[in-house]
Amino acid sequence: MRVLYFAWVRERVGAETEEIALPQSVRTVADLADWLARRSPGHRAAFEDRNRLRAAVDQAFAPFDASVADAQEVAFFPPVTGG
Amino acid sequence: MIAVRVQREPFSPETLLGRLEALGGGAVASFIGLVRADDGVTHLALEHYPGMTERALDAMAQDAAARWALLGATVVHRVGPLNVGERIVFVGTAAPHRHDALEACAHLIERLKTDAPFWKRETRATGETWVEPSSPA
Repeated sequence: MRVLYFAWVRERVGAETEEIALPQSVRTVADLADWLARRSPGHRAAFEDRNRLRAAVDQAFAPFDASVADAQEVAFFPPVTGG
Repeated sequence: MIAVRVQREPFSPETLLGRLEALGGGAVASFIGLVRADDGVTHLALEHYPGMTERALDAMAQDAAARWALLGATVVHRVGPLNVGERIVFVGTAAPHRHDALEACAHLIERLKTDAPFWKRETRATGETWVEPSSPA
């Protein structure tokens, strides 16, 4: 699975994208966030305040209880500010 | 005619309006967003999610076309570094009558703020900060 990061989430993680092998225990976006947070101090800083994060599964906005079981691509980012 | 684009280079409002005017309706409505010099901001950097952004813009334009009697909807959003006063975004709609053109245009402007994956980083003399939405999404 490909994981993408944007804006300050990308800066804290220190990478735009990562390829990961999804453990079976990871079923939802929230599980994935918890699992990613343990990868490095930068990841921990990026994921420490869940209320400031949003996610997309396969390029569609998704809530944290959405499944990631069949996803090709999951992204984490701050609330969007277009226009 | 649905036309959405994400691009680094500037756009020409005259060209974009001309295409909407050529659709044969009685009304064209448009909006141009500019980089504001808020609180000492000298420039802005816009980041987006390639692929998802284009899909999100296309979906919102299609939704607007389904909801109002439109002949065309255009959304052009710039990304990358932008100076104060530069144009960030163009939204334009063409319709047989003004009511549909104006309402659909206003609707698209609002949805751009909440439904498309763009992020803004402001640069001031004091440093750089990511813009937080004014009302939580």
